[in-house]
Amino acid sequence: MARKFRRREILILGSTAAGSVLLKACAPNAPSAPSASGSPSPASAPGASPAAPTGNGIKVGLLHSMSGTMAISEKSVVDAEQLAIEEINKAGGVLGKQIIPILEDGKSDWPTFNEKAKKLIDQDKVATVFGCWTSSSRKAVLETFETKKHMLWYPVQYEGQECSQHVFYTGAAPNQQIEPSVEWLLKTYPGKPFFLVGSDYVFPKTANSIIKAQLAAKGGKVVGEEYIPLGNNEVSSVIAKIKKALPQGGIIYNSLNGDTNVAFFKQLQGAGMGPDKYPSMSVSVAEEEVQAIGAKYLKGHFAAWNYFQTVDTPASKKFAEAFKAKFGPKRVVNDPMEAAYTMVYLWKQAVEKAKTYEDLEKVRAAAIGQTFEAPNGKVVMNANHHISKIVRIGKVREDGLFEIVNSTPAAVEPEPWNQYVAETKGFSCDWSDPAKGGKFKKA
Amino acid sequence: MFTKIIRQPIWREIIIVAGLALLLATVIPQLLYAIGQGFRVGLLGRFMALGIAALGIDLIWGYTGMLSLGHGIFFALGGYAFAMFLLLQLPAGKLPEFFSLNGVTELPWFWQPFASLPFTLLAVILIPSLVAAIVGYFVFRNRIRGVYFSILTQAALIVFYNLFNSQQKWINGTNGLKTDSAMFFGKVVSSIEVQWLFYLCSLFGLVGAYGICRWLTNGRFGRLLMAIRDDEPRVRFSGYDPTGFKVFVLAVSAALAGIAGALFTVQSGIITPNAMDISFSIEMIIWVAVGGRGTLVGAIIGALLVNFGKSILSEQFPAFWLFFQGAMFLVVVAAVPDGLVGWLRRTGQEIQQRGKSRSATFPQVDLDENLQSEKIHPSGK
Amino acid sequence: MLSGLITSLFGGISVGSVLLIAALGLAIVFGLMGVINMAHGELMMIGAYTTFLVQNVCKGTPLADLYIFPAIIAAFLVAGLLGFFLERTVVRHLYGRPLETLLATWGVSLILQQFVRSVSWQFIIGIGIFGSLYYAGNRLLANGKAAKFDWKKLLLTTIASIASLVICNVLGDMFKLAITQPWFGAQNVDVTAPSWLLGGLPIGDDQLPATRIFIMVLTAGCVAGVYWFLNKSMWGLRIRAVTQNREMSACLGISTDRVDALTFALGSGLAGIAGVAVSLLGSVGPNTGTNYIIDTFMVVVVGGVGKLVGSIVAALVLGTTSYLIGSDSFAPLLGWAPPLANFFTFFSNSSMAKVMVFAGIFVFLQARPAGLFPQKGRTVDN
Repeated sequence: MARKFRRREILILGSTAAGSVLLKACAPNAPSAPSASGSPSPASAPGASPAAPTGNGIKVGLLHSMSGTMAISEKSVVDAEQLAIEEINKAGGVLGKQIIPILEDGKSDWPTFNEKAKKLIDQDKVATVFGCWTSSSRKAVLETFETKKHMLWYPVQYEGQECSQHVFYTGAAPNQQIEPSVEWLLKTYPGKPFFLVGSDYVFPKTANSIIKAQLAAKGGKVVGEEYIPLGNNEVSSVIAKIKKALPQGGIIYNSLNGDTNVAFFKQLQGAGMGPDKYPSMSVSVAEEEVQAIGAKYLKGHFAAWNYFQTVDTPASKKFAEAFKAKFGPKRVVNDPMEAAYTMVYLWKQAVEKAKTYEDLEKVRAAAIGQTFEAPNGKVVMNANHHISKIVRIGKVREDGLFEIVNSTPAAVEPEPWNQYVAETKGFSCDWSDPAKGGKFKKA
Repeated sequence: MFTKIIRQPIWREIIIVAGLALLLATVIPQLLYAIGQGFRVGLLGRFMALGIAALGIDLIWGYTGMLSLGHGIFFALGGYAFAMFLLLQLPAGKLPEFFSLNGVTELPWFWQPFASLPFTLLAVILIPSLVAAIVGYFVFRNRIRGVYFSILTQAALIVFYNLFNSQQKWINGTNGLKTDSAMFFGKVVSSIEVQWLFYLCSLFGLVGAYGICRWLTNGRFGRLLMAIRDDEPRVRFSGYDPTGFKVFVLAVSAALAGIAGALFTVQSGIITPNAMDISFSIEMIIWVAVGGRGTLVGAIIGALLVNFGKSILSEQFPAFWLFFQGAMFLVVVAAVPDGLVGWLRRTGQEIQQRGKSRSATFPQVDLDENLQSEKIHPSGK
Repeated sequence: MLSGLITSLFGGISVGSVLLIAALGLAIVFGLMGVINMAHGELMMIGAYTTFLVQNVCKGTPLADLYIFPAIIAAFLVAGLLGFFLERTVVRHLYGRPLETLLATWGVSLILQQFVRSVSWQFIIGIGIFGSLYYAGNRLLANGKAAKFDWKKLLLTTIASIASLVICNVLGDMFKLAITQPWFGAQNVDVTAPSWLLGGLPIGDDQLPATRIFIMVLTAGCVAGVYWFLNKSMWGLRIRAVTQNREMSACLGISTDRVDALTFALGSGLAGIAGVAVSLLGSVGPNTGTNYIIDTFMVVVVGGVGKLVGSIVAALVLGTTSYLIGSDSFAPLLGWAPPLANFFTFFSNSSMAKVMVFAGIFVFLQARPAGLFPQKGRTVDN
């Protein structure tokens, strides 16, 4: 008996030790790493130890969940960021230096995000951090970035009501996604009541409070509001409630996040609630989610974003092609990935204008006013640290991509403080003027 | 003669512990700063707080044989209590910021007592132990033991998680409570001074918790706990009612977890319902398993080692580190079931005995430490 | 009104049958063998990924609309084999140490989760090369003698790992994406039900989803199959004998070793089938299994360990209650008692329904600590 155990012991210990070396070695070659297709030094792989030669590079942090519930979404954003970094490095880097990404896993756990943010700033002394997906994770790291006066680039559409000097938001503010989509619904489906479904956390709750205020102002009707815990798959009771509240059909406004969307649309379809009678507008369902849910279930439903893979511009095509070349032809690109890709370029331009990556004050000042020919159109970094972008509404097609049914003629200017919610009505944000700052009453 | 044998190791132990504490309070942080790893000092403080929770786990698992998968509850309760205190350190009439976002204009009644420090300190200890005592009483009264206890604690964890997670209005739901920018006696919590204060608090808390656990597990009470672990029915047949003892130990363990939660929260800057995630509570078990269950030093070493290992591995292999964590569970359980300390001890004994051709009549008795301690102090106290 | 009642009842039973099919394997592994398998949810996930693979293989063939049937068989086999492997390598050494089993299987579940995220050809080749090198070297070194830890082993491990990583790097550079692309990746994958399962059975204004009906039938079939197997087949007899008295069975010539492996594999295979079922309802991703772990354990505990019928009743009761509370079906019935109605409305969302059901379980276990159908016995324990 004792013999047997010892043998196994060694086997396990041995394989662990070996596995570790093996994984480490495979890492730079895995498709997630920028050096896969022959970038100059393998030492610049993400996850290379902090002791990697840094004399000639600029370290930046990538802070996303690589494990846990949010990994399904955040992994793609990391891919997009790494694509942008690789492109920049190939074209000569920033200020003549290569960008060295340092990837950290936030584990879908907000305190871990905070810990890793502190680590990136204090230990690795990164020039900036690209990161976060959920509002909860952003809120968790916010104070760290503010007290350390550092810089975070955040690529996901969010609920607004925040305007930090130390964060650049390249996703949509509510007035660049939620509000136009509600308006479009009111116009397209006049008189239909709304049912709001969301995940049980801050973004859907705030988004829904905005929608309710907006509908109250515009004469729409909300007949119900439901929240499902993140990661929950048992949605049949919620569907029963929707059916009860909307017997004659109506609009489902869906701010569910992550896995729950899959269960929700599969079971919505099973209950016979199709898009003809129950059209739904989603704000967290993009190409990647459609792929995971199955286009059959989603065909005819709507989503509001700034970017769809079907956007027909040269920049968009180039982005999609570069991404597929690097990560495989089956992969798709979506709005948060586009925003993540764009923000790396915006940071690069800001650094080049400021001629320094270390003096964050100068980079911050230089970032304002930067324009970039992004895949979604020409974007401008505004003085409120958000970007102006085009708003689009898409309808899911047979092939899982979106048919763009509506888009704004020009880029919409971002408004972080919501103009429908009573508490923030009339407020604005301007970081180019020290007298105004993050929240001031508009004259 | 007997007194001599008992006294000597205790004095030696006190000196060792004091020496280590002094080292941790003075030299080690300086050393870390000196080699450019100053960031690790903060981690060390946090992990020492986790060490307190590990001691609590060891007390009920290593000594009493109850595997709780729900210690996250107590950890979170302690953390929330202290975070609420910190958030209330505001000028009179002002409310914590998240309330206004959720449309709450008046401080809810259950927040009010937390404005006072003495109440909060009591609450950090008493609320978790009360909850544990109530849950424990009902579970143990029905003689629910072993894996059923584990599963029930895990179910309780889910209950509390959902409860905290869905109450965005009152305790900020998933976002949790952030303490970084709160004030503590006129200083911002995230400032170096306050953080250093809490580092020291964690250190002393750890030493104190170690002392308490040492005192509890020694002597009669400790042996009773081990008797419950090894054969509960027999304990009952001997005329003891294990329920009371088990409830008490669970409550003490919960209090330790609560203290750990409070200290961890101030140092990591945020407490969220994720502290009641299933995996976090299971991780607590693995700290003790790695260090060595049934040895107090092991629990502390395990907590520090596993957490440093985890943070370093997840830095080096952000995409793969879960493999190591999984493998660690397997290796510890399959290859070193007694943990590091147990393994070292066994190897040490083997080396000591090598060469000596001792023919023990009852090898079991000779090797079993607990029985040896019986020999040394035959009448207990 | 009647159709409303039918849909409510249907909803409840369908939630219950999902719980039941997920818990069925656990009822065998935990209920009969007493093994706490925390990786049960991950075995379900493996079943769901198998469904995804079978679906893709069948795409474009005449089987495309019937892929679900081969998928059930494949999921049963894959998960069952994985369970068999797990039992042989890990669980077998931990019998009689339930708490250690719990920790070890939790480790397995973490590894499986990460495995589906990062598995690629490169990864498989690397592990394969390392494994074969290590075993070959081990054979040479051991020369028939028992393995002992020494510096030779360490050297062997190092050589094997360096060799395999060099080869896997070279291959990675040679073939690029062809072998480095992850099979599944961290993202969810899509399983679309065959077209005949997309509709539903109309009842009045409502519609009973076809997938739900399918899952109910599947569950009933599995339950019947398990009953038949345990009560009518030779192996079932052996399994029952070993569960009731291991020593005596061994004395009578039953190979308890093989029975253990078979039972565990059966339980795991059922988890695989459950994976097929949940893939029709929800997402298929690395986290698919984690959601079910606690619920299924609760089913077995409430039902009473060791009795299949207990798990069946418990699953249906728990499913129906949580559905009814969650969909706020009680409040309208309680119009005569507004405080009570308000109370139920407060709990009428998925999070709070769970809180209430679990609290209910706690109270229930006060009255019946051994569950609905306790096992009769004369031992002091339990």
